[in-house]
Amino acid sequence: MYRIGIDVGGTNTDAVIMDGEKLVLGVKSPTTEDVTSGIVSSLAKVLEESGIKAGQIGAVMIGTTHFTNAVVERRKMSKTAAVRLCLPAAECLPPMVDWPDDIRETVGGHYWLAKGGNEFDGREISALDEDELRGIADEIGKQGIDSIAICSVFSPVNSEMEDKARTVLAERLPQANFTLSSEIGRLGILERENAAIMNASLRQLSAETVKAFSAALASAGLSCPCYITQNDGTLMSADFVRAYPVLTFASGPTNSMRGASFLTGEQVAVVVDVGGTSTDVGAIIKGFPRQASTSVDIGGVRTNFRMPDVFSIALGGGSIVQPDDPITVGPKSVGFRIHTEGKLFGGNTLTTSDVAVGLGIADFGDPAPARALGEDRLNAIRDVIDEMILNAVERMRVSPDKIPVLAVGGGSILVRDHIGELPVIKPENFAVANAVGAAIGQISGEVDRIFSLEKISREEALEDARKEATQKAIAAGAKPDSIEVLDQEDVPLAYLPGSATRIRLKVVGDLDG
Amino acid sequence: MASLTKVTEAELDAIEVGAGILGTGGGGNPYIGKLRCREELKKGRRIDVIPLLELDDDALVVSLGGIGAPVVGVEKIEQGEECLRALRALEEELDCKIDATISSEIGGANSMEPMLTAAQAGIPVVDGDGMGRAFPEMQMCTWSIYGHKSSPSAMADEKGNVVVFRHTASEVWLERLARASVVAMGAAAGIALAPMRGDFIKKFAVPDTVTRAWSLGNAVFEAQTNHRDPVATILEHEDGRLLMTAKIIDLKRHLKGGFAVGEVKVDGFGAYQGETGVIDLQNEFLVFRRNGEMEVCVPDLIVVLDSDTGLPITTELLRYGQRIAILALPCHDLLRSEEALKVIGPEAFGYHDLTFTPMPRRANAGETR
Repeated sequence: MYRIGIDVGGTNTDAVIMDGEKLVLGVKSPTTEDVTSGIVSSLAKVLEESGIKAGQIGAVMIGTTHFTNAVVERRKMSKTAAVRLCLPAAECLPPMVDWPDDIRETVGGHYWLAKGGNEFDGREISALDEDELRGIADEIGKQGIDSIAICSVFSPVNSEMEDKARTVLAERLPQANFTLSSEIGRLGILERENAAIMNASLRQLSAETVKAFSAALASAGLSCPCYITQNDGTLMSADFVRAYPVLTFASGPTNSMRGASFLTGEQVAVVVDVGGTSTDVGAIIKGFPRQASTSVDIGGVRTNFRMPDVFSIALGGGSIVQPDDPITVGPKSVGFRIHTEGKLFGGNTLTTSDVAVGLGIADFGDPAPARALGEDRLNAIRDVIDEMILNAVERMRVSPDKIPVLAVGGGSILVRDHIGELPVIKPENFAVANAVGAAIGQISGEVDRIFSLEKISREEALEDARKEATQKAIAAGAKPDSIEVLDQEDVPLAYLPGSATRIRLKVVGDLDG
Repeated sequence: MASLTKVTEAELDAIEVGAGILGTGGGGNPYIGKLRCREELKKGRRIDVIPLLELDDDALVVSLGGIGAPVVGVEKIEQGEECLRALRALEEELDCKIDATISSEIGGANSMEPMLTAAQAGIPVVDGDGMGRAFPEMQMCTWSIYGHKSSPSAMADEKGNVVVFRHTASEVWLERLARASVVAMGAAAGIALAPMRGDFIKKFAVPDTVTRAWSLGNAVFEAQTNHRDPVATILEHEDGRLLMTAKIIDLKRHLKGGFAVGEVKVDGFGAYQGETGVIDLQNEFLVFRRNGEMEVCVPDLIVVLDSDTGLPITTELLRYGQRIAILALPCHDLLRSEEALKVIGPEAFGYHDLTFTPMPRRANAGETR
């Protein structure tokens, strides 16, 4: 069976067909306002050009920036109720306190603080008050809100109160959807709560999007399963995306890094993805992106859930070049208007593409305007570009080893054969690395719970967790013999009666079929 | 530089960055404290700053701040008036009226709480602090070094519990008893220490440090807005010296007795190409060695900035491959005396082979400060 990978970008919707490990074909179509028709046309195009029939496709994987864009553009976010279990603590900083005004207004800014929450050592700050919660449920009902985010103090260590509060609220609000902060983020209440509120506000949109994607597949004659990629390079089923849309945030850079790794066969590398206006630089370890260790801003809101560590610089194929000393490149870019404004296409603006064409390293448009600057000047400009890339690569480099740099994206013609001492590899299909990254998405199985060490050793507990996660991955469609542990972490909880440890473990495997 | 007399939202952002720089890699994150101050301002309260020398000799000044584990502080945020309750408990205990608050440590998170409590109590915060930087322990501030006894002191939590330490046998006993109480309180509480008289604090507080944090932060913002080199801008504003522009080539960090301990190895770039450096850290950056030779050490300030943005990098955010600027800023003379060096010199951090050599100041710097 073949697989189709689709990347819905800001400018283009790319589609690739893969036959096992082999890339059959890649195509580009313009992204459309409604997103779906762009997917439909790229599906039609890739099937037609490859001559492969719809019935031969086993799965479609879609990478989308839909949900990130909704947050950035403050569109299509639902009114949301934030319920924090904390009193009497945490009263001084209400939920959404540091959000930009426009996004707070978009989600309505409604919040309730209630008794509850745990201490660092597991004691209760105060007991949950079910009557208080029922009162809150009635107020939420009166406001007509049906997206609810619940966040309890220290819930990443003990999520019981969040679960209990959901049960109580759901009795009065049977139509509502719930997001629990413990399912999304880690310690750091403001950032975790932010992510939970954003997730809740996107639940409606995610239900609609999943429906639209299924319709797009159906209209292309496809009846196979459809998956959406999440930001750790694994796949989510439609049901999962409906519940956790924020996990798609930053899946674009993840897909391009994973695609670059796949196309070159390199497992440890720095990936440079050069677009029209900016360059994303990230690091891959074992073929997966390195995670960010600090809080990450999404549309001006601080969050702390897992995200790929990406460093972006304002350098792309359309960056505006100022050739006189001191030479500057960017941060402004002509972007997609390069075809009218770039000197190489008869416009008035000198861009990095002009320089590349003038130096003969790329062959499109008219090289004459750039050549008029003279070779020395062009080389001096290229040195500035090199320095910018070198700087970003050095920042993301993970070790002193001479790991390769993988250059992908339409603007990667700007990247030389070496960056400092590191060799550069440019895969043949560099322009569709994103869609390849989506197509090779793997199935994961995850366990995150507290294990008692009364009767078993830590090693046995880890082994139990691994088995449990493996079963989950197989149930979700992973090929049993391809499953391996991607990530494991155990935090001893000294305070619980007896001895206990919290184990988070994630396995990944290839999609079966 | 002009003294800061009033803090509004714009000044808070600059103080956050400046306090981060003066935190010399530690001191905790001032972000939550900044948000809390901002909420007080939104309620119509004001944060007034009083220059150290304008204090009356018999004014009563209280040093206060949060106490507990930093990781708890980002999860269980305070109810909001813990320090105010502790301050009121002291007033009740001593039957007095407190005239101003002061920060024990301007570097990092403790820069914010005294401003916050001052706004709530309707009194000013003093333009000064007890370190001019950050250090890991309470007794490492100037007033403890120069003989002030911290008890009677008071602690309050979010649940309404208030504990007064009427008398403690020593500063170490206060630390011990306060730690035990704070664990029972859920590892986050507010503490207010025995009031100090105006004439004492005028002699023994590090002066002008709220203004200094604000002006440092402003220098970074100015450079970013005008696309100038932020490191050069900071050096123009400060009586400091660029030690090296460098890239991190090795990083060792581990936890020891609750502190992050380790070392950072760097290779110079730009004008420092070919040189190597090592920075030792224990929560804060303690010692800088160039090509194997000790060049700067505590109590002088070793500051690590992102070489592009000028923003401070704390020890937990250090990363292999980062390009950094390492700066040294001279500490105040109060930190350089024989008594002070016993508590905060290299020996106090376990460096028995190192002797503190004060870094030179600029010729005219002594007059302005």
